[in-house]
Amino acid sequence: MSMEIPLGRVRGLGAAGEGAEHWWQERLTSIAAFLLLVWLAVSLLRLPGLDHRTVASWLADPFAAVPMLLFVGVAFWHLKLGLQVVVEDYVHDDGSKLFWILLINFASILGAAFALFAVLKIAFAGSAE
Amino acid sequence: MHRNPSRPLSPHLTIWKWGPHMLVSILHRVTGVGVGIAGAAALVWWLLAASEGATAYATFLEWATWEWALLIWIPLSWGLIQHTLSGLRHMVMDIGAGYELSTNKTWANITVVASVLLTVLLWLYIFYGRG
Repeated sequence: MSMEIPLGRVRGLGAAGEGAEHWWQERLTSIAAFLLLVWLAVSLLRLPGLDHRTVASWLADPFAAVPMLLFVGVAFWHLKLGLQVVVEDYVHDDGSKLFWILLINFASILGAAFALFAVLKIAFAGSAE
Repeated sequence: MHRNPSRPLSPHLTIWKWGPHMLVSILHRVTGVGVGIAGAAALVWWLLAASEGATAYATFLEWATWEWALLIWIPLSWGLIQHTLSGLRHMVMDIGAGYELSTNKTWANITVVASVLLTVLLWLYIFYGRG
């Protein structure tokens, strides 16, 4: 028999059955995503165009490739956390909740992997056509 | 039921009206889900196309600059800006500030007005500012 009072048992637990760490990561990734998003928006608006040569030579520069890799990582991490919370709040059936959370996790890791690989490929291939 | 009629009936969970704070709260979720799915897909598509070479990138550009694609890009850019601004508002509220009713309402309204304004400015710049 647990000696915990009911408040102690639920403290820090939300619809997911856990939460403080998830909540905190969401905030941390949002700060990082915000800074990198401002960098990305300014960089894209300052590029002379968005044609292949311009984009590829821009991403071949470490000072573009590295922030882009970080942006992809942080953005996908943040959207994975966020979408999962939405599912936890609105999907009440345990089976479908598990299904959607798995789907979100798999899809965001898949998307992030493709995007990271693409940036690395451009970066390592150099700016040569 | 012994109820003192001078006391408020609370909580009124079924009687409420929409306020800016509720709108911004649900907009934060809706735009988050929208940008998290459509924006992420567009980001992956753009980067993959760029990594595959000039031909794949040309196909991407053809789709992306199709005029009807603006029906995706404009709402997507607004959604990202709205989510960013309401996210900043949430960050302030997470610190524990901005809960006074009038302050809360004002900043909720500001996020919506600013997101629309910034979206208009962004697209004016894209269409006319780059020469």
